[in-house]
Amino acid sequence: MTITEKILARRAGRDRVAPGDNIWVDVDILMTHDVCGPPTIDIFRREFGADAAPWDKEKLVIIPDHYIFTKNHHANRNVELLRAFAAEHDLPYYYDPGTPNYKGVCHMALAEEGFNLPGSLLIGTDSHTCTSGAFGMFSTGVGNTDAALIMGTGKIWLKVPETMRFVFEGSLPPYLMAKDLILQVIGDIGTDGGTYRALEFDGEAVYDLPVHERMTLTNMAIEAGGKNGIIPPDEKTFEYVRERTDRAFEPVYGDPGARCHSVRRYRVEEIEPLVAKPHSPDNRATVSEVAGTRLDRAYVGSCTGGKLEDFVAAANILRGQEVAIDTYIVPATTWIGEQLHSTRVEGDTLYEIFERSGCKLGQASCAACLGGPSDTFGRTHGSEVVISTTNRNFPGRMGSKQASVYLASPYTVAASALSGRITDPREALV
Amino acid sequence: MKKIIAGAAYVVGDAIDTDQIIPAEHLVYSLSDAEERRYYGRYALSGVPQGQQGLPYGDRPFTAPNAFRSEYAIVVGGSNFGCGSSREHAPFALQEAGCAAVVAESYARIFYRNAVDGGFIVPFESIERLLERVRTGDLLEIDTSLGKLSNRTTGEEFLLKPLGDVADILKAGNVFEFARQAGFMPA
Ligand code: SF4
Repeated sequence: MTITEKILARRAGRDRVAPGDNIWVDVDILMTHDVCGPPTIDIFRREFGADAAPWDKEKLVIIPDHYIFTKNHHANRNVELLRAFAAEHDLPYYYDPGTPNYKGVCHMALAEEGFNLPGSLLIGTDSHTCTSGAFGMFSTGVGNTDAALIMGTGKIWLKVPETMRFVFEGSLPPYLMAKDLILQVIGDIGTDGGTYRALEFDGEAVYDLPVHERMTLTNMAIEAGGKNGIIPPDEKTFEYVRERTDRAFEPVYGDPGARCHSVRRYRVEEIEPLVAKPHSPDNRATVSEVAGTRLDRAYVGSCTGGKLEDFVAAANILRGQEVAIDTYIVPATTWIGEQLHSTRVEGDTLYEIFERSGCKLGQASCAACLGGPSDTFGRTHGSEVVISTTNRNFPGRMGSKQASVYLASPYTVAASALSGRITDPREALV
Repeated sequence: MKKIIAGAAYVVGDAIDTDQIIPAEHLVYSLSDAEERRYYGRYALSGVPQGQQGLPYGDRPFTAPNAFRSEYAIVVGGSNFGCGSSREHAPFALQEAGCAAVVAESYARIFYRNAVDGGFIVPFESIERLLERVRTGDLLEIDTSLGKLSNRTTGEEFLLKPLGDVADILKAGNVFEFARQAGFMPA
């Protein structure tokens, strides 16, 4: 069995499962946020009773992050609904906006707070819940109805997915990031190439990546339609987890030679800096193919591109220079926001570097990654051409249906911000 | 699930993602409040770009401006329908607009699952590509037990893929009824 099959079998209380089996499994963590939390709670109350309590307070994690810094009253009301629910049930893991407990983007916060445990099973009401798979666990996104059923019972039915393996060999050249690797994969298999399947990543280039960068690979499994993304855990994973929690965990590994749907092998030295052109994450081109394309805006943020590593990469390129276009910097979480003030590149803090180069700095949240209410930081309103470290570029994703969004690594985005045109990071990294 | 689902067709292209089905800015409305939920019907499929709204015409909104219900009951799409986010608001918005079924070549899995588990719409998979065989406004009839789609306007008939395992959930009504029958939830 693969690692995915073994985790599912364990949580179903079975010795074996096979792809295609429909099974009921026990959920270790249910995560929800401000967009899907309130309707989930509505359904939960409708089905389990107005006063019903969640099945296990210790396993329910509520992380508002999508529409936080807005005056939209419906959006604010959603946060109030979560706050009231958390108070009513005395929930230990609710991260309230406007308090020191506020975290920011849920997928990153789950990692930082030690909820991502190797071998476990996590379900979230967000399609990028697959991000947590970077810790060698099963994680996937569901809708409100499934979440409400979990909230009441701790259970969900799942169809066991087949596994597609992606093996990255060699050592990562200094101008590439995890984002380039995953854009390569999505370009190869398409936005539906992984539908219903597990996408498993390994190979020495993956294990060389810091844990946060691995999360960029699993984060975008959904962009290929995948059910989950997963990376078998190693010492780095364990160290990351142990620094953040003393919860117990039991890692799981697939059997050598376990049956897979397919295996693809890459030599990372052969991969070029890549973009996904408008309007689909699989619309791949090499940066050199689109170099020179005029841009109006650059954006570094989100669960996939607003990690500390992403800002260090951008700062390496922006340091001492001025951006030519509006450039937005949005840390995924408040912890990362703090790190901008303490992490230095050649003596300067990241914050100083971004300020001096003329970037606009926002507060930790999803911000313009998904457009959002009209007063959202960085949201497009016209026919802007944007280059962004986020994960989706469907029409209207960053707000305006007329905008065009290119997805790229923080290196490529920063290099392009300096020239106002799509620029190969190799030119800026000399 | 009704035996016969009939009504006018609304045709869209490939990879209709959840931002096109219900743009993110509208996700703030309550799904349970009777007054507010109607806005999901108003904005259903409003993210589909001009030129692609209601093929082959391209300029026909799914829900008329200022209306809450659509005149179309069956959405016909291409591959990877519902890709993108996990928002259950997407199949909900289609249902709220009055849509009862989608017929597409393939689906993104979260959309498919949400459609079935919430009992919002019936997601049928077509065997052949129907985009060029059905025009927006054609009168369609789906026989859900035979798995057959008839285009009353052109007289053509098409077979649909069997619903498989999810038929049990669709028959139960939604996943809660299904879970009750499976014994995971008190009746
Ligand atoms: S940052 Fe973007 S992709 Fe990530 S959870 Fe928020 S909206 Fe979704």
